Amino acid sequence: MPEGLLQVEALDAFYGDFQALFGVSLRVETGQAVAIIGANGAGKSTLLKSIAGLMPTRPEAIRFDGAAIGALPAHAIAARGITLVPEGRRLFASLTVEENLLIGGQLNRSGPWSLARVYALFPALAERARMPAPSLSGGQQQMVALGRALMSNPRLMLCDELSLGLAPIVVRDIYAALPAILAEGTSLIIVEQDIVQALRAASHAYCLQEGRVALAGVARALTREAIAAAYFGV
Amino acid sequence: MLDWINVIVQGVLVGGLYAMFAAGLSLIFGIMRLVNIAHGDLIVLAAYLALVAAQTLGIGPLPALLIVAPLMGLIGYVLQRLVLNRTLGDDLLPPLLVTFGLSVIIQNGLLEVFSADSRRLQAGTIEVASFPVAEGIAIGALPLLSFLVAVAMIAGLQFVLYRTALGRAFRAAADDAEVTQLMGLDNRHIFALAMALSLAVVAVAGVFLAVRANFDPAIGPARLIFGFEAVIMGGLGSLWGTLLGGIVLGVAQAIGGEIDPGWQTLAGHLVFLFVLAVRPEGLFPKVRA
Amino acid sequence: MSVPRVEFVDRAGRIRRLALLAVVIAVLAAAPAWGGRDDLRLLAEIYAYVGLASLWNLLAGYAGLVSVGQQAYVGLGAYLLFALTLLAGVPPLLAIPLAGAIAAVVALPAAVLLFRLRGHYFAIGTWIVAEVFRLLASQASVLGGGSGLSLPVGIVTSIAATRQEREFLIYWVALALVLLVLLVIVALLRSRYGLALKAIRDNELAALSNGIDVRAVKVIIYLVTAFATAMIGALIFLQKLRISPDAAFSVNDWTAFVIFMTVIGGIGRIEGPIIGAGVFFALRQTLADLGTLYLLLLGTVAIVVMLRAPKGIWGLIADRFGWQVFPLERRVVLDERKP
Repeated sequence: MPEGLLQVEALDAFYGDFQALFGVSLRVETGQAVAIIGANGAGKSTLLKSIAGLMPTRPEAIRFDGAAIGALPAHAIAARGITLVPEGRRLFASLTVEENLLIGGQLNRSGPWSLARVYALFPALAERARMPAPSLSGGQQQMVALGRALMSNPRLMLCDELSLGLAPIVVRDIYAALPAILAEGTSLIIVEQDIVQALRAASHAYCLQEGRVALAGVARALTREAIAAAYFGV
Repeated sequence: MLDWINVIVQGVLVGGLYAMFAAGLSLIFGIMRLVNIAHGDLIVLAAYLALVAAQTLGIGPLPALLIVAPLMGLIGYVLQRLVLNRTLGDDLLPPLLVTFGLSVIIQNGLLEVFSADSRRLQAGTIEVASFPVAEGIAIGALPLLSFLVAVAMIAGLQFVLYRTALGRAFRAAADDAEVTQLMGLDNRHIFALAMALSLAVVAVAGVFLAVRANFDPAIGPARLIFGFEAVIMGGLGSLWGTLLGGIVLGVAQAIGGEIDPGWQTLAGHLVFLFVLAVRPEGLFPKVRA
Repeated sequence: MSVPRVEFVDRAGRIRRLALLAVVIAVLAAAPAWGGRDDLRLLAEIYAYVGLASLWNLLAGYAGLVSVGQQAYVGLGAYLLFALTLLAGVPPLLAIPLAGAIAAVVALPAAVLLFRLRGHYFAIGTWIVAEVFRLLASQASVLGGGSGLSLPVGIVTSIAATRQEREFLIYWVALALVLLVLLVIVALLRSRYGLALKAIRDNELAALSNGIDVRAVKVIIYLVTAFATAMIGALIFLQKLRISPDAAFSVNDWTAFVIFMTVIGGIGRIEGPIIGAGVFFALRQTLADLGTLYLLLLGTVAIVVMLRAPKGIWGLIADRFGWQVFPLERRVVLDERKP
């Protein structure tokens, strides 16, 4: 069976003595958007951190394009084309909007995304290019975070809680940009508390519950009852 | 009255030298929150390296600087990469202890190789040249040169920080070193480059120290303290603030020294403690400590 | 209904521990009988450093106040001793605790100023305060100014009639002083203060929100440390019989070496500074002939230990074997009685 773009196999994750993930497996194909939902503390962010290289991991637990990347440091994983949009945006506070975007492109990977293309996707940012990043609204900051990640021309983008702290209308605008991103060739993993938005944006979904995969399948085919059961472990 | 103007002018010019001591410190503290206790000793090391270069190759201070600066840069890169990177983190103690150890090693290493004798780097006539600026006020060529070099150096560092990709990486790493990794930046390399830059600056400070005054292996800690006073009074994260802090220190010392020679350094410390008491964040803080 | 209570974990057994301690103290107290002049001097020096390192450990390892300026109080205590004996005619041995008390008073405004600073700034601030003391001492010509002075013969002989009696007396005072310092530290840490300190060390914000007056605790620790450090400083220079600003306020002698000892031995544990002092002096005695090379080696050892074994030697041992010499570990016992 041909391997997907990203293959996660029996992944465990620990914070000291505390185990956050138990044998999590998932698969992302090229061109797909995959949603990961689950309650607070279910391990969603931990999963993304493990893929991005911020947590110690067994080498074969994560395969990207067939290569075992689990043990690589974060900057090496970014160089291979996996970029994380961190939870809470985490923009560089003393840099301007444009500097935040530029540093995302520090790797100079080739691809469709450039400063001009990002400004075309998010016109609001072009107007505020020279402003310090923290002065933007929550929604605009999220756009900067997305744009910053896009500047590295990733093959796989990991989005951690894009909707965090944002008003529904703003969340809609952010999610409206995702199809364009997919179309340009970047696959997505979307971690979300907003289940509706996540399942609308993704073709496949996994539900985590206390560090384990409780439900997996085609997004459209998942029933409300199945999700509720998997989400809460009822 | 004229005397006092002279004193203040001298103080301002010395302030440039102090800013040179401080600039490298400011850079490292701003980017990595690293307190390098060995910073002053590294300035003295640079002075001795310049002395050796000048004496063995028969060259003047400026060509010696062209040799010593890259050499110190290399030392900085290796030092950060091999030793100091492993001390970074929230805890104050590891970098403190390791750089204390470094300080002891450098001081005693220099003592072992060069003995405790006072040395000086010869610079020729510039050492005593001076310009009369106004009625009764003369400015020494060397102090003026060190001041101008200090200003140029800080302008150069500002340029690197705000107009280059490397400087952008430095500032981003100072903000959030976990996220810079996600951009594909190798923090170990970035921090090592920052230390290399810092020690290249230290090299310049060391050469000016060597020309201006007698030096021996033990004078490092005092330079470190002056550097810190300049950085902290100026405000964390602001290089121009560091220049201003250096000037404030220089003037305070000059005035104190004019009142009584034994009071020179003390006056600087008292002004520093005063500034710390009323405005601990410094005069131009950009970043919270 | 069962009520949880807190008890001290005391694995080795109280009686056995106290007996061992008594034997060690007895042997040390009897040193004038089995040791020569040099031995007594060396031991007194070791005691002084154990005291200084334990106090620095209390400040930095327990209260989280990393100071690189404790030499301020070593020198202050020493200068106060000379001033009290020379200028006020106070008997030398009485001048020691008096110097400590005055130093504690001086430490209060210093604390008020320094506690406005945090972390790195606090550390540098303490060093500069020490430098201010040093420079002021250099200006005090009545106490020898920059070159210092020697303790006059009259004052020296007022300690005791013969040289041997003097040396024995000073030795016993040194031993008593370090035992007192250790006793106070252990008592402090076993008290509710100690629990507060552990809380502050682990998480200051949480400690604050649990009603611990963090600031008050820190100030008290700072003052107590200043008091004891000054007494030790006074004793050190009483033994040396000579004082100078550079020696009294030396950052290398009274801070760098003290920090090395504490960290090599193991910070945040009482046993640490004692072990560290032992290692330090073992190195010094065996390598003393090498002069500066010894110091080069010391600096290297400090760096290597910090990078490889940040918990120090005792940290490694204690974690591995679960030993503790001083019973400070607490545990909660839930009573098994049924309601």
